[in-house]
Amino acid sequence: MADMHALVGLMREVEDQLAVCMRCGMCQAVCPLYAQTGREADVARGKLALLDGLLHEIFERPDGVAERLNKCLLCGSCQANCPSGVRVIDIFLKARAILTAFAGMSAAQRVVLRGLLAHPALLDRAAAWGTVFQKIFTRPASELLGTSCARFTSPLLSAAMTGRHFTPLAEEPYHHAVPAMNTPAGRSGIRVAFFVGCLIDKVYPGVARAFQDICAHHGIGLFIPANQGCCGIPALSGGDRESFQRLVRHNLARFEEHSFDYLVTACATCTATIKEFWPLMCDDPSAKLKARTRALAEKTLDVSQFLIDLRIVDPGGRDPEAPGAVPVAYHDPCHLKKSLGVFAQPRALLDAAGGCRRTEMQSPDQCCGMGGSFNVKYYGISSRIGGGKRDLIRASGCRVVATACPACMLQLTDALSRAGDAVTVRHVIEIYAESLKRHANAPPADQTQEHIRPGV
Amino acid sequence: MNASPFLTALAKIVGAENVFSDPADLATYAYDAAVLKPNMPAVAVRPLSSGAMGAVVAFCNEHGIPLTVRGSGTNLSGGTIPLEGGAVLLTNGLNRILEINTEDMYAVVQPGVITAKLAAAVEAKGLFYPPDPGSQAVSTLGGNVAENAGGLRGLKYGVTADYVMGLQFYDAGGTLIKTGSRTVKCATGYNLKALMIGSEGTLGVLEEITLKLIPLPAARRSLLAIFDDLDKASETVAAIIARHIVPATLEFLDNFTIRAVESFSHVGLPLEAAAVLLIEVDGHPGQVAEDGQRVEEICRRRGATGIQVAEDDAQRDRIWAARRSALSALAKLKPTVVLEDATVPRSRIPAMVRALQAIAGRFRLAIGTFGHAGDGNLHPTILTDKRDAEEWHRVEAAIEAIFDEALALGGTLSGEHGTGLAKARYLAKETGAGAIQLSRAVKRALDPRNILNPGKVIGG
Repeated sequence: MADMHALVGLMREVEDQLAVCMRCGMCQAVCPLYAQTGREADVARGKLALLDGLLHEIFERPDGVAERLNKCLLCGSCQANCPSGVRVIDIFLKARAILTAFAGMSAAQRVVLRGLLAHPALLDRAAAWGTVFQKIFTRPASELLGTSCARFTSPLLSAAMTGRHFTPLAEEPYHHAVPAMNTPAGRSGIRVAFFVGCLIDKVYPGVARAFQDICAHHGIGLFIPANQGCCGIPALSGGDRESFQRLVRHNLARFEEHSFDYLVTACATCTATIKEFWPLMCDDPSAKLKARTRALAEKTLDVSQFLIDLRIVDPGGRDPEAPGAVPVAYHDPCHLKKSLGVFAQPRALLDAAGGCRRTEMQSPDQCCGMGGSFNVKYYGISSRIGGGKRDLIRASGCRVVATACPACMLQLTDALSRAGDAVTVRHVIEIYAESLKRHANAPPADQTQEHIRPGV
Repeated sequence: MNASPFLTALAKIVGAENVFSDPADLATYAYDAAVLKPNMPAVAVRPLSSGAMGAVVAFCNEHGIPLTVRGSGTNLSGGTIPLEGGAVLLTNGLNRILEINTEDMYAVVQPGVITAKLAAAVEAKGLFYPPDPGSQAVSTLGGNVAENAGGLRGLKYGVTADYVMGLQFYDAGGTLIKTGSRTVKCATGYNLKALMIGSEGTLGVLEEITLKLIPLPAARRSLLAIFDDLDKASETVAAIIARHIVPATLEFLDNFTIRAVESFSHVGLPLEAAAVLLIEVDGHPGQVAEDGQRVEEICRRRGATGIQVAEDDAQRDRIWAARRSALSALAKLKPTVVLEDATVPRSRIPAMVRALQAIAGRFRLAIGTFGHAGDGNLHPTILTDKRDAEEWHRVEAAIEAIFDEALALGGTLSGEHGTGLAKARYLAKETGAGAIQLSRAVKRALDPRNILNPGKVIGG
């Protein structure tokens, strides 16, 4: 039997934070997982009660609690809605790390997190092989959305892949095309570092190119260090603090090579991770690492936040009623709105792009159900949540759904593609970057054509 | 309870995936929102059909397994805390709105329907379901009926009991019983539905609820009045009622709560104010205009130092945001929040508010008071840390003092949270021994094996 008493000692780290939950149950109103299952162990209050149970040694083994704790999207809807201000996600991440350290990782986790993710160069090589193999195993599913699905059913393909419409790995990852960049500040007088992030690098390099174009247009100096790693959220949500800290150290070293005014990312999850979890979850005896992460976190901004709040882009906007304007709805990524309170800026950026008739879907901040590894482990529930989001998107009558997180983009694309919808998924900065090109190439009088390329 | 054969039998009734017996699931059904010790049940079951629900009740009765029904577990008096080793029956698998009848103005729902979802569905059809307990975003209608839940609109619109037209419930033996009807009037048989309302799962298991709906008021007007003296605020409440104006809501925040709200959400409340009243009148536009005017005059005459009238929805939302965030703002100050709901005749509000301040001083506790001043239902909210044993003793003594004070003023222990476990041992103070004995006789007659939520309400 596990030494549950020893676990209590480790759990002390979250004891005070756990005491803040008053069990009011208001988290049930907003938890996307609970909405699907109706099980108390799936909602924050239930999970907090289980962690409290560990502290009071009511369980003989930790496994049941660990399993339920890990079944969570980490979307933070509960935390944003919590009347007592319980730092739910902080507690969950710390508890996952404690339980993983206590019980050990599964073999599969060890391979993926320790073997692959924590070594950026290896991960890049694995992704390159993936690009080759995906053509053999998959066939196109939606031309408009650029998705694929499994070519044949095979026991080699996990159950999670069956029926899924996934966006394939890019032919050429961004770091191949642009291994590094270091340009001085132009007329804006501002120089930023760009944290690319795994999904943008390997699946949506067009988003990174869009940012590069925007920087060039507005005279912003751009520093993209070579050999960037993952932000570490997969390791952290897997309870692997060691790999997480290794990645943080790796990335810090890359970004500390040169000076810049802001660190910008186009991935809501990377932004939230760097801003909130790097300082929270990094500990070293000298506290130097924490200080370094804090310094970087203070300079870190989501891309729309950067462009709008620093008035690089005039948020006044162009004529939204222009003929041919395409109806665009914006989906709020949880990690941007609920974690960082950024929701006006991406919308302002769309308005500034022109060519969009921005239409709000109902509940634009309802989680898409992606949740990173949650989507792989619980694809059934994840896709049902995604289906709900798809219904809201469809009901809005939009032709393009814009968002600000590549993980949301994957999930929305899957949901829309499976439903056979003619709605495309774009990052807000892709739309803005295209508007810059349009205005550079075409005379402003030309407003008879549709302004947003509906394809991917 | 001898686990495995019982689990197999229950799995046959509701399906194996709807029977929970892993300790890590059971621990999540051991508590509710009351500050009380959790109890681990032996099993939790989630029937997805009415028939399965009845079969679970019959099974528990046959085997003498104590059964606690659970909606969303937001109960503030411990009514949903199960018995150690008992069974929990989850109603959230029965969550369909069966009918909204706009001609006869009623709705028929399953017990697991969320209160706010019904309210929204009804409003979309131009009708109104007024009861709005603080937990309405998650609370179930079954739970509302079982607890006779109230809310902000009690003063004008009453509480859940005032909207229950009919019920179907399973008795302890698992027989489906029908009471009440879909008609406005119904004079047949014993009024069993009245017995079931507020019975907290001790007399039967609700299966279907028919609720009265009313037309949606056409207009409303909100105002916020600021007072530099507590008595002036409470006297204003009494004066509004004495002038026979019945606002839809008439809410009160004391200085402690004002400061908590302001530091938390910066809605613009004056920090030095002794109290604020938030008042909304609703109804026909003409009457709303007139009542609004009169309420404003009364506030002014009684010494309000400032009055803000909401000119549009945005201003109205800002005024009510202050009230809505009261509990959250207080909850953020200390880990443990004890939310009481002792209620007095509304003319005694000034005396009750003074008494609460004296109690806070006497027991050296932080108590914020806000609530439904218009119906006499205040929420003295004690902020503490239950891990501090010494302070917790003072909290318990203060709770008892609050109860005594409310009863001395001719009030009740609970306006809307129910008796549950938390107040069961104080009940005799209010009702006398006779009512308890009679209630126990009723309980024995309806639940001879004492399986339905034993120990709640009447103890024993």
